[in-house]
Formats: sequence, structure tokens, C-alpha cells
Amino acid sequence: MRQDGAPLVPRQRPRAVTPETAAQRLSLSTPASDLAVRDVLARIRSWLHASALTDEDRGTVEIVLAEALNNIVEHAYPADAPGEIRLDLALDQARLVCVLSDHGTALPGLRPPDGTLPAHDVARDALPEGGFGWFLIRDLADRIDYRRAAGWNHLSLELRHSRL
Amino acid sequence: MDLHATHHPDLTIITVAEARIDAAAAIRFKDAMRAATAAGAGPVVLDLGNVTFVDSSGLGAIVAAMKQMGGDRRLDLACLTPDVAKVFRLTRMDTVFTIHDDLRRLNSRATG
Repeated sequence: MRQDGAPLVPRQRPRAVTPETAAQRLSLSTPASDLAVRDVLARIRSWLHASALTDEDRGTVEIVLAEALNNIVEHAYPADAPGEIRLDLALDQARLVCVLSDHGTALPGLRPPDGTLPAHDVARDALPEGGFGWFLIRDLADRIDYRRAAGWNHLSLELRHSRL
Repeated sequence: MDLHATHHPDLTIITVAEARIDAAAAIRFKDAMRAATAAGAGPVVLDLGNVTFVDSSGLGAIVAAMKQMGGDRRLDLACLTPDVAKVFRLTRMDTVFTIHDDLRRLNSRATG
């Protein structure tokens, strides 16, 4: 434990940005539909395939992004008027940061839902058939930020690599 | 949604022939499961060995497939791949279904 009065020393100096440590970036734009989400996830999967991420981390990325994109498809835009989703991904040696942007309906209360796990110890007829999405995002992402600006939603999801 | 059903005297094994049960496939999966399980009354094992990805919509569709079978008719799962197993584990749905590691024991039981 830190003694009172002890100076606060940064644990690590910021790393210089060299070609080795600079983030790899990927930007995509897609219509907000279930099938388009599938294509986007396939493109991200092949982009990550060349990275040093473990198979498990790649699986985690796909689950988190699938849930976040599905939510935008389902809740941000009317079903008969799907808008655009923009994705900006930055991968460095420590983390993947994904920013998902759409110009649809804002998140209720301007904050990401709590993502409570639906009850599973209930009668069979009462078992949940949905409501797992935000639970999975909150469980798997290391950091979640949401911003509403100029009619756009910007959801930032950060996933740290498990191997570091 | 391509499902292949193998009927044994006391067990039906339904193999999903596609790689994803996701938001784009969830309704088709549920409908195909209804058709595949409508005829019999015995226990069903859903073989997910070809499925590499299930999202929350797909998970909900698997739960719905069990509920629509009615009564206490069993739906077990088999051959979960790593990302699919993770989704079941995190959502605690691995406590709702009996999950078999492989089909060998089930096949030998089914064939006597």
C-alpha cells in the first residue's frame, strides 16, 4: 500500500510510437442488417488472423462485436430503414479498441445498459430466449465508453490481450 | 438452415450443417428445429460440432427450440466448439442443458 505523502510515480513511461508499436488500423462501413453484420465479422476475423492474438482472444472479439452490432441493427434503426454503421478498429500490442458509430436512436438514458444476466434457474417454459447481449459485452470487454454527439452514437469497446 | 436428423429407436441426433447460428440464422434455425422434431416424442441430441459461432440470438433460438418441443421432452447438446462453449458457460446456459463431449457413447447406446 502506498504511504501517505509518497510521490506518485508512473509505473511505466509512455512508449515511443515506432513502426513496431504503432497500432494497426481497420475502418469499415456497413449497412445495419443481420447479413451485413456477418460479412463485417468475417472481414474482421481475417484482419485479426494475421495478428498475434490467441484463438481465444479472437473468439472473444467476435462475440463482443457481434453483440454490439446486433444491438445497433435491432434497436438503433427502424427495420424497414436500416442506416449505416461505421467501425474503426485499432490494434496494438496491448489491446484492441473498436469504435462503432451509427446515427440511429440513442441508447436509453444515454448509457450502455447494465446487462444483467437473465435468470437461468427457472421453469423450462420461463427460460430466457434473449437479453444476453449486453451481459456478454460487459462480461468480456475490459472497457466500454458511450458518447452521443451530433446525432451519432459512438460506442467504444476495449479488449486487452490475455497473453500479455 | 440445413439440419440432418439421424433417427435411432430411442434417440434422435440432429446435426447442424452450418457454421453459424447467429442473428441472421436464428429464426430459420428455430423453424427447422420445429420441423425436425415435430414427428417424434423421444429425446433429441443437437450436434453442434460444425457450428463455430453462436451469438445471443442463436443461443435464444436453441433455448426456444427446446421449449417448443413441449412437456419434458429432452434436448441435449453435443460437440460444442470453443467459442460456442464459452457463450453457454458465460450465460450459465451450460447448467440448463446436458452437454455431451462427443457422440460416440450416444451412438453406441442408440445402436444397442
